[in-house]
Amino acid sequence: MSGDASFQSRMDQIYRSESGKVLASLIRLIGDMDVAEDALHDAFTAAIKTWPQSSIPENPAAWLITTGKFKAIDVLRRRSRRHMLEPELQRRLDEIESANHSFAEQDIQDDRLRLIFTCCHPAIDPDIQIPLTLREVCGLTTEEIASAFLTSRSTMAQRIVRGKKKIQEARIPFSIPSTAELPERLDSVLAVVYLVFNEGYSASAGQCAIRFELCSEAIRLARAILSLLPEPEVMGLLALMLLHESRRSARLDDAGDIVLLEDQDRSRWDQELIAEGRQWVERAMKLGGVGHYTLQAAISCVHADASSAAQTDWNQIVLLYGLLFRLRPTPVVELNQAVAIAMRDGPEAGLTRIDALLQRGQLQDYHLAHSARGELLRRNGRFEQAAQAFELALGLARQEPERRLLQRKLRMVESSSGVKRA
Amino acid sequence: MKFVCLGYFDEQQFNALPEAERQSMEQCCLAYDNELRETGHFIGGEPLGPACNAVTLRMQNGAVAVTEGPFAETKEVLGGILMLEARDLNHAISLMSQHPGVRIGPFEIRSVDPEFAEKMERGGKSATA
Repeated sequence: MSGDASFQSRMDQIYRSESGKVLASLIRLIGDMDVAEDALHDAFTAAIKTWPQSSIPENPAAWLITTGKFKAIDVLRRRSRRHMLEPELQRRLDEIESANHSFAEQDIQDDRLRLIFTCCHPAIDPDIQIPLTLREVCGLTTEEIASAFLTSRSTMAQRIVRGKKKIQEARIPFSIPSTAELPERLDSVLAVVYLVFNEGYSASAGQCAIRFELCSEAIRLARAILSLLPEPEVMGLLALMLLHESRRSARLDDAGDIVLLEDQDRSRWDQELIAEGRQWVERAMKLGGVGHYTLQAAISCVHADASSAAQTDWNQIVLLYGLLFRLRPTPVVELNQAVAIAMRDGPEAGLTRIDALLQRGQLQDYHLAHSARGELLRRNGRFEQAAQAFELALGLARQEPERRLLQRKLRMVESSSGVKRA
Repeated sequence: MKFVCLGYFDEQQFNALPEAERQSMEQCCLAYDNELRETGHFIGGEPLGPACNAVTLRMQNGAVAVTEGPFAETKEVLGGILMLEARDLNHAISLMSQHPGVRIGPFEIRSVDPEFAEKMERGGKSATA
């Protein structure tokens, strides 16, 4: 080892890359998240003490798991936990001690996946699944998660504690679901990953670093899941997030205002991410059994293929939305398809469909339905009606960047129609 | 570990079914209970009489008051309980999701509180210790 500074930076790097895996394995062995977290810190403390003398082991994760295991046994012996009875404690200790594990890389990765399935278990409140996953699987601090979700540290800490307690008391296991349950359970895991991504990507987010971190975390999680479960929908979700990510630097202007897809400077799209996203979409399509993430990614690919909005293959997008609607017959999918139809066949064709949706009583509280309608009315030269639609949308939009965008649109149609409001 | 599974159903809806259908549902439930018994997962259970025969006890003004009917004011009432032995919650879910009873109403799966269960087993001797 040469010098303290290089050892310190090597340790920081090991902590960043290995602590998530080590924690997941310790949780499986110990069956208690809190004891496992303490054991992880004890193991790192021990490493900082011993490694400078003996050099860093070849497989630091395995060393840390083994050390953490023995630390955990000490912890468990020391505290006779309220909910752990003597025979139960003894059984647990025997189990941990007899876990004579080689800690091969594959096993360690599997433990991470087990933990993802545990944190996203349907028995856990959906509002708790996300912070729990970020905390336990991604290793984000409670402060970081709280700031990303704009809540206080104490609220977030309470949620995470509730989640851990639920796992313990409802007897949720640390295991990968059986083949029969996997499809449904994988769905809920992918939904959590996508929610984490969207939280980082949404317009309300502003540009703080923790938000970017959420997007990268979601992409990392999807890659981890994919390496263990090469299912087409996992590929589709990874592709979808990579394609969204490719447009990150083009979607907001310097003032932090939203730039719509059709107005974005496409030279700022990240071609490397687009190429990788496209590859995953193609692989998912080849495997068949295409689901809704893959279809959304495919739509994103069509946009990425076009050098300008006018060059977009709108017919292809309309067809893809049709397939998506068969899988997910939601009014939002219908709305998106209506917009694509307007791009292909002219504003009137899209308006007919959006009006039909609204008349069915659907999406009346959804600001994007009214803003899409306003936009199509504007293109048809019906400025007064467009202004009314934008005002409706403005009354429903909550996020500041979206409100500013709608205000800009409203001013534009008001000046076109010569209507001046006080 | 032990789980208690609470099977709820809409009595009126169930009673409105043709006799033959009710019979066959009962047969299916009994057959599956047997399957669970043979594999060592069924450790007890009881079908409940109609909810209209229930009484509910509660403390009111320092005395026990008796009212007729079940405590919960829902359309679905408790129809039966089943004690299950399973590895963990996932195992319990997969065993109970194949139970025919889930077709007529929701099943609630609750893990047994091991600490209190042990006290019960010891006849409450340690409750004051």
